[in-house]
Order: sequence, then C-alpha cells, then structure tokens
Amino acid sequence: MRKLILALLLLPLAALASGDEPRLDRAPDRSGDPVALQNGARLFVNNCLNCHGASYVRYNRLKDIGLSEQQIRDNLMFTADKIGEPMRVALTRQDAKEFFGTWPPDLSLIARSRASAAGSGADWLYTYLRSFYRDPSRPSGWNNAVFPNVGMPHVLWQLQGEQVMDAGHKLTLARPGALSAREYDDAVGDLVAFLVWMAEPQAHFRKQLGVAVLLFLAVFFVVAYAMKRAFWKDVH
Amino acid sequence: MSSDETIDGARRNLVLASAAVGGVATVATAVPFLASMAPSERAKAAGAPVEADISKLAPGEMMRVEWRGKPVWILRRTQEMLDTLKKADPLVADPDSKRPMQPDYIKGDARAIKPEYLVVVGICTHLGCSPSEKFAEGAASGISDDWLGGFLCPCHGSTFDFSGRVYKNKPAPDNLEVPPYYYLSDTRILIGEDQKA
Amino acid sequence: MAGGNYEKYRSDGSFAGNLLEWIDARFPVTANWKAHLSEYYAPKNFNFWYFFGSLALLVLVMQVATGIFLVMHYKPDASLNAAGVPVAFASVEYIMRDVPWGWLIRYMHSTGASAFFIVVYLHMFRAMLYGSYRKPRELLWIFGVLVYLLLMAEAFAGYLLPWGQMSFWGAQVILNLFSAIPFIGDDLALWIRGDYVIADATLNRMFAFHVIAIPLALIGLVAAHVLALHEVGSNNPDGIEIKAKKDARGIPLDGIPFHPYYTVKDIVGVIVFLMAFSLVVFFAPEMGGYFLEYNNFIPADPLQTPPHIAPVWYFTPFYSMLRANTVNFFWVDAKLWGVIFMGLGVMILFFLPWLDRSPAKSIRYRGPIYKGALTLFVVAFLVLGYLGMQAPTPAYTLISQICTVVYFLFFLLMPWYTRIDKCKPEPERLTK
Repeated sequence: MRKLILALLLLPLAALASGDEPRLDRAPDRSGDPVALQNGARLFVNNCLNCHGASYVRYNRLKDIGLSEQQIRDNLMFTADKIGEPMRVALTRQDAKEFFGTWPPDLSLIARSRASAAGSGADWLYTYLRSFYRDPSRPSGWNNAVFPNVGMPHVLWQLQGEQVMDAGHKLTLARPGALSAREYDDAVGDLVAFLVWMAEPQAHFRKQLGVAVLLFLAVFFVVAYAMKRAFWKDVH
Repeated sequence: MSSDETIDGARRNLVLASAAVGGVATVATAVPFLASMAPSERAKAAGAPVEADISKLAPGEMMRVEWRGKPVWILRRTQEMLDTLKKADPLVADPDSKRPMQPDYIKGDARAIKPEYLVVVGICTHLGCSPSEKFAEGAASGISDDWLGGFLCPCHGSTFDFSGRVYKNKPAPDNLEVPPYYYLSDTRILIGEDQKA
Repeated sequence: MAGGNYEKYRSDGSFAGNLLEWIDARFPVTANWKAHLSEYYAPKNFNFWYFFGSLALLVLVMQVATGIFLVMHYKPDASLNAAGVPVAFASVEYIMRDVPWGWLIRYMHSTGASAFFIVVYLHMFRAMLYGSYRKPRELLWIFGVLVYLLLMAEAFAGYLLPWGQMSFWGAQVILNLFSAIPFIGDDLALWIRGDYVIADATLNRMFAFHVIAIPLALIGLVAAHVLALHEVGSNNPDGIEIKAKKDARGIPLDGIPFHPYYTVKDIVGVIVFLMAFSLVVFFAPEMGGYFLEYNNFIPADPLQTPPHIAPVWYFTPFYSMLRANTVNFFWVDAKLWGVIFMGLGVMILFFLPWLDRSPAKSIRYRGPIYKGALTLFVVAFLVLGYLGMQAPTPAYTLISQICTVVYFLFFLLMPWYTRIDKCKPEPERLTK
C-alpha cells in the first residue's frame, strides 16, 4: 500500500523526467508579424521548396500574410503557373530517393506534426534548424543534434557557418557564415514563423472569431440566466 | 394577482429576448455550414482565368482552350468571314447583342474586342451541346444553298453565324456566350477575367 | 410513443390553430409534447450533475450535423494522389484549408468527439453517485451502457478516417486484439480488416460504419434510452421515488413539469457548455495533443511505426487494463487475458444494477464504505487513463495492475460491502 501511494505521488515527477530528447529552445512567437512572415516565406521558397513541397498551401493564400498577387507572382512563384496552384516541389520522388535516400517530407503540416511533450512544433523546428554540425561519417557530411543521422544536409550553412560537436555534445561555431549568430537565429525565427503559419493559415482568424463567439455567448448567458431565474421563482 | 402578472410579463420579455439571441445564434451557426457548400479554393483555382497564345493561329483557323471545364473557341476570322456578318444581320435573332450574353465591352456585329479574333464559349445555348464548325459557304456545307458559314449544333440543329449569333427560328434561344477576356499583349489573351480599370 | 390519454388539440379558430388541430387529429403532437415535455414531471432538486444528459443529446445532434457537412468533402480513399499523399489524408487538409469554413466544421467535429466522452463519463458518474441504475431503472442503465459501447465503436471507426499515422497504427493495434481470440482469431482479424494489413478496404468499411451503420443504431438506442427514462421517471440526488407522493390530480408533489422549468435551466447549461467547447475549438483545437494527436498530422505510413502509440484519451483506461496483464496463467497467454480484462471492464457495467445491494440509492444516505469504494474506483479509473497515454515502464505496469484490480474489486465485492455498509435513513420527501 505504501509503495502504491509513493508511486502515485511520484507519477507526475516521473512524467516530467521521462523526456530523454534534447532540450528544445523556445521559438520566438512572430505569428502576428507580417514582415517576419514575408521574410520567412522568401527563405522558404528559396531554400526549402527545391526539395520539400507544401502541397496543401496555395500560392494565393500568401495574400493572408500581406503580400499582393503581383508580389507573389514576381518573387515567390517558381514552381507553378497559376496563382491558385499549391506550392508543389520541383524534385521528383525518384530523384529524391537517389539524392537523399528518402523522400523529403511535405512541409505544410510540419509545425503541427513535430509538436510533442518536449515543446511546440515551432520549438522543435527552431532548435533543429540551428543544430546542424559537421560529421564526416555521414554521406552528406552533416549531422543534427536534434534529429540524429538526418538525411538532409545543412541547407542554410552559408548563412550560419559550420558548427562542430565537441566531446561534451556541445555545438560550437568552427567557421562563421554570412550572418552573425544573432542574425541567423533571427532568420530561422522568421522561417519557423512562416512554417507555423503554413501549418494552419487560419489560426489567427480562428482566435479572433473565438473572442467574438465567447463574447456573444456571455451575452446569451446573461439573458438565459435571467429567464431561468424568472421561471424558477415559484419553485420552492 | 398583480404580482403574478408582473412575473408573467417579466417571463414573456425574457423569453422573447432569449428567443431573439438564440435566433441570432442559429443564423450565425447556419452561415458557415451553408457557406461550406460554395466552390472551394481548389474549385476556384481550377476555374481561374486561362491564358491563350494566339501567335500561331492562321487566318480562318480556330483553337479551343478549356475554361471552367467548358470549351472556349478562339477563331481568327478572315475578311470574307467578317463580311458575312452584315448579310446575316436580318437573319439572326439578336443581331445587336441586346441580350446579356456578353460583357459590356463586347458590341456590334463582330462581338469581339478585336474583330479579327472571335472569343466565345462553344456551348449551344439550347441544351448544352458543343456546335461543330461549318465554315464552308453554300451547298458545300450540307446545310443549305444560301448558308453563309458559321456553326451548327449537331443535337437539335441550331445554327450560328461567325460571331456566334443564333439564327432565327431555331431551338437555341440566345447567342453563344462571350466570356470576359482581355489582351495581355498582341498575341496573348487572358480568358475569364475583365481587364482591371 | 406517448402513453396515457391526452385530449386532442382544439383550435381557437385562427389559421395556425386550425392547422394544428388538423395535424393533431392525425399525428400525436399534443400527446407527445405533454408526455415528454410539458407534463413530464421531473424532481425539482436536480443539481449540476443533471445537465449532462441533455448535453449529450446536444453533442449527438452537433456531431450528426457537422458530420453530414464533412462527408460532402471527405474521401475514404487510401490510394496516393499526385503529390504522393493518401487521398483520405489530403481530403481532410482540403477541408481544413480549401473548403470555406471547413476548418470550423472539422474542429467542431473533432472536439465534439472528445466532448461526447467527457459528457457521457460525467453522466455515468452521476448515475453511480445517486444510484440511478437501481430498480426500476435497470433497463434504462443497460440502454445507456449500450450507447456508451456504440459510442466507442463510433469513435474508433471515426479515428481511422483522417488516415494519419495515429489513425493507422491505433487501428492496427486495436484490430489485432481480435487475433488474440483462440482458434478463429487470425481469420477474424483478417475478415474485419478485409486485407492483410489495415488498408483501403478497412478504411472504406470503417467509413460505412462511422457515417451510417453506427449512427443509425446510436440514434435508435438514444431514443430507447429517453423513452425508458420517461416511462420510469427521473431519479434525483436524494435517490427516492417522487411518484410515491402524489397530489389529488396524480401529479408528484415534488415534481415540476420538465417544460418550462428544465428547458430554461438546460439552456443555461448548454450555453456554459458551449463556452467551454468554444474555448477548445477556437483556442486549443489540438488540446495539447489529447484531442488531435500530433503524429496524426503525418500521413499513414504502413512501413514506419511512430515511436510511441497511445490511443485517444477516452480509450486509455481500458487500454491500460489491456496492457496491465503480463503473465500467462490458466494455459491462456497474457495477450488474451489482456483482451479479456479489457472486454470485461466494459461488460461488467451491465451488471451494476444487480451488484448493488445497498438499502439507499443516493450517495447522500450511503455509508462510508461505499463512499470510500467509489472514490478509490474513480482514482483507479483516472490513473488507468493517465497510464494508458504513457509509454509502459515496470513501475507503470505495476500501478496499472493495482488499479485494474481496484477497478474490478469495486464491482465484484459490491454485493458484500454495500450490504454491510451503514446507511442513513432516506427522507420521505425531496430535501434540497
């Protein structure tokens, strides 16, 4: 019996301690920042869309983050002819298998599917994109502290530079890239914000509508409760 | 007695107020459900304007492009074809395109922005068949000796001139529809959208 | 439908009155209205716990309505589309992004599934608090347990439809349970799947079950549940029969007509429920991974199992019982015992009306033993639910074994401990 009580008491603690994954850094919340989202969209189209599709997101949806149709056509739309088409990938499945040994996953929902008890999907992506390091034993020459033996090489290495992992599993910058560490984190923050937006483009509107619905229900509650009181006056 | 009446009055007012708020709630809930049956983004994307390249179209030749699942004809009319339109005026049902089968900017016999290029939806206004080309004049067309050239609907025999105007006393009630379109350049037409102001 | 003799409606001469008279002469409108609403006498002391029956009905209607609109856009098809995604998975994202307001309808449906179980669990707990399953309400309780069983089947079939990783592997695990049945198990599992793995055939039949077969049965059973309730009358927090004390006109002294009193009260309950429901739909539709599991945003992949599979929260208590048994005994292997425990865990609910021998129905007049037993039972059920979501460890397995034993002892020892319990006398009339 004492063992049981002890075990019950320790239950929540055990749940907290059970995560053996590396700790995730908190991604900055830039969901309401159109400049960050637009910069993220640019980074995504130029660096990710070559191999990863976002096949549920239509180009014209990018109007939601404050871009005009003309801006989308001129700067971002490289893999489609029509503005209503989804962000398909140029790479074929067959080629992908040959290059990376796997099919790069579609990124439309990556920010939702990567969420876990350890942190939000945004946290995981933010940490992941900043955790690549040089590893000559891997075919691509790169490895990742968050996603061990990942198939993807470090696509943003020219921006970040090259990190190495020391014996204590700490990452240090061996060769700087085009951006300073702060600037790189900032750029990744924008890219992650865009990935989060893509995973649920209506999320912002959903919350706005939710506030209106709750306010309406609050009014309804006042009226309905007064009606209930008026009827129940004569029940003793 | 009077206190009972006040209770009843208060109840009636609160029931009315609740019914009003509940009615608003019901309508507000119904809107998203009904709206979900409208064309989706995918349908809209598939029904988006299409571009047609007319640079390779020879005089007297016709090309077809698909727009919203319907065939749109682009006919490059020769001078002879355009000359038949005047003669057809008294024979067709709606010579001046009075009925709303075309955008406002489509006027006159030619029913086109540039008379040389006819752009119409190739669907008979009777029951939706696609008429066939009967460009040859006279008896060679197999229609009649005085046939001026145009289109014949194989389903119920409606005939149209080179501007898609329907001949009198035929099953089809209206001229062929002209979709909204404009010239992106001399050789490219965008079908499905009016030129923005 | 309506028992008893009710006078037919007499028109006041207006057009609406004439119309109603015409209809009422041909269809029992007035009789049903009176029998089930305006002259259905309910105890006047319903408390918080009595909201959940009407709320369950509301959620049922909501699930049917949202379901109809989802079926207009969803496609039960496991084949891959041009982008290499299963058509079923893509059609859910199509609803979420391309269909106008599709996201709202889908979130209402996915949140509604969890809300249904929350409401039903609280409704069942109410019955255990106040002895609502006791004579003469045994059949009412049995209909209710059947509704609960069908609801689990409905939720299971529905969870496969998005065709994500959790849909696929959850179904894989649950349908494999059938293969534990001796002799016929493997063939039975194969027959249920219609293929050697969970596949297009499985998806299509689960779609058929989810959108038509089970809802039809569910609605029929819910109707039977309500009719049975109105036949025997509602129980109340005091657990005494209000029909025992009637006035000269035969109306229970402690009864009030359901309409208008409980209709106006339930409207308030509905609004409070909708506020909680909206909080989830609009601000946390995933509910931290409990209502929509994160791994289900990855399309089903038969070649790759997610590192950790957990069923949706409402199945986890029984899932824990399934995993709790790790030893072979009586020549039957552990897997089959797990399945048996899980099945018995649900089936034992049917016998509750006959296991309870307490002289008092309501917890208000029961003795300390039942109060303690019920508390232990609830704790065990919640702990089992929690453990069912966690990856198994030796300590967790031990705890879930203990909780499984507590769960079963609550029922099996009930004929004994309810009889020796020291109950207080029940009142003559309703208290508060």
